[in-house]
Amino acid sequence: MNEASSVPVPRGRLAVVGGVLALPIRGFFGYLGDHSMMLWKALLWLFRRPFRPRLFLEQMEFIGVGSLPIILLVGFFSGAVSAQQTVRALKLFGQERFVGATVGLSLALELAPVFTALMITARAGSGMATELGSMRITEQIDALSTFAVNPVQYLVTPRIVASVVMLPIMTMVFNAIGLIGAYIYAVIIAGVDVGSFIEHFRYLTDPSDYLQGAIKAAVFGGSLSLAACYQGYNVRGGAKEVGLATTRAVVAGSVSVLVLDFFVGDALGTFFPFQS
Amino acid sequence: MPASPSPSPSPSSSPARPPVPAADLTKPDPRWQIRIRGLNKTFGPQHVLRGLDLDIERGKINIIIGGSGQGKSVLMKHLMGLLKPDSGNIYVDGLDIVPLADVEMAKLRRKFGMVFQYAALFDSQNVVENIAFPLIERYKLSRDEIMARVRELLKRLDLDHVDGIEQKFPAELSGGQRKRVGLARALIDRPEILLYDEPTTGLDPVATKNVDEMILRTSHDFGVTSVVISHDMASTFRIGDRVSMLYEGKILVTGPAQDVLRAPDAPVREFVEMAGLTVPPLGVSA
Ligand SMILES: Nc1ncnc2c1ncn2[C@@H]1O[C@H](COP(=O)(O)OP(=O)(O)OP(=O)(O)O)[C@@H](O)[C@H]1O
Ligand SMILES: [Mg+2]
Repeated sequence: MNEASSVPVPRGRLAVVGGVLALPIRGFFGYLGDHSMMLWKALLWLFRRPFRPRLFLEQMEFIGVGSLPIILLVGFFSGAVSAQQTVRALKLFGQERFVGATVGLSLALELAPVFTALMITARAGSGMATELGSMRITEQIDALSTFAVNPVQYLVTPRIVASVVMLPIMTMVFNAIGLIGAYIYAVIIAGVDVGSFIEHFRYLTDPSDYLQGAIKAAVFGGSLSLAACYQGYNVRGGAKEVGLATTRAVVAGSVSVLVLDFFVGDALGTFFPFQS
Repeated sequence: MPASPSPSPSPSSSPARPPVPAADLTKPDPRWQIRIRGLNKTFGPQHVLRGLDLDIERGKINIIIGGSGQGKSVLMKHLMGLLKPDSGNIYVDGLDIVPLADVEMAKLRRKFGMVFQYAALFDSQNVVENIAFPLIERYKLSRDEIMARVRELLKRLDLDHVDGIEQKFPAELSGGQRKRVGLARALIDRPEILLYDEPTTGLDPVATKNVDEMILRTSHDFGVTSVVISHDMASTFRIGDRVSMLYEGKILVTGPAQDVLRAPDAPVREFVEMAGLTVPPLGVSA
């Protein structure tokens, strides 16, 4: 009886074509819907007892301390490389002294949040997907339920919250080390005047630039951890599927960061019109 | 979802069992703690449980045997609400658990302890944290009280002489040790009903005997109702009070261990003989 009902009733050719074309769209909205559902549950459980602060701290440590070396490394070179390119461009107009301001602004608004999010997706997001996936296939998630522990509350909520909290912090670390990289390149290697490097940086960047970067970073933290938890939590099968889920988590997390970057940047642009 | 209110659509599916009016199922029964009726479960095209009926006897050791992939683990997960059936009812002390919502189900689960087939220990927690998990989640006990109960169980399960066991992580344990830690975790909150999914598969004969004794003692000392999935026919007939065989999505035979051992049905005979068990072991309690 199952088979009979699932055989498509022949209809007009147009309807069939339309149905086929609608499939990916339906898939996309189903995908969005499932993610929203998980996010909603994770948020609801945030406000219910028992609160387990230890789990949140563990995740913050995993995301923050664990990603620190890579953030420092990437941050330093991003700052240095943008200084390199900027100095080269500004030299055409003899305006190298603006390098501190230019690099500082692009780090604050764009480079730091996006690169930090991509690094953390690769490192922590993949880790989350693998961990939840292997917990799923080894029945640890079922075991949590048998002790009347809600697995979303226990596993997903702390990861999402910790990411939302840690991403802005790590972004600020990225900013700081990026400026150091830019300073070292511009002042020490390219011989830009220290005074004007700092002077223009201070004059042209503004706390609100850093606030915008932090808001972006928090949004990225939510989306990358949601993608990772969703993929890991819903694994079916064995070790191979865990590997696939991890790959999907990194791809979905990175894509969501870049896509959201556009939309959040746009939205923030209306709240924080360009000043100075 | 169950379309049956109080008046009874009589279950005509199981001629082997004296027919019980459906209304009785919703009252706690002195003998049968869990009563399963007409359980169906499909995974996509695969029809795993096909209208299964089974009664679990209170305070006894109820063993479920059956070939690999017949759905024993699936059946057990239904008992704790980890899986929802497509249709059918599961009465635990007269309460149908199938339609229960999460919160009520969580409350009901406190009656149960479950030993998973592959232990399902929490990788990120050490042995003590794993065993103490139900206590830490459910009560506010002092560290000393928790440690006392953990150590008592480690001792009863012969794990106390493994060096540094308390601080080890699951990845550092052998398969048999992992199983016993999983058993300890299920036992620590002294549940009313214990579900064991192949507790002795993969253990050496000595460890098997110890786990068997553990199951027996827990059942007798605390009057726990035990449901044990087992491949091990020798221990089945050593400790089992009742034995049921799951075959093609239904219970083929069920009854006192000795009766089932001698049941004429071909799948039972095959199972018993393939297990190398030719002589009924002595000392089986009727
Ligand atoms: N979550 C699931 N999704 C899809 N199919 C499943 C799922 N769980 C079990 N099955 C299928 O149901 C059938 C019964 O599985 P089950 O694990 O209950 O077998 P079993 O009787 O416990 O076997 P074994 O003795 O090997 O443990 C198997 O064919 C399995 O593939
Ligand atoms: Mg099984």
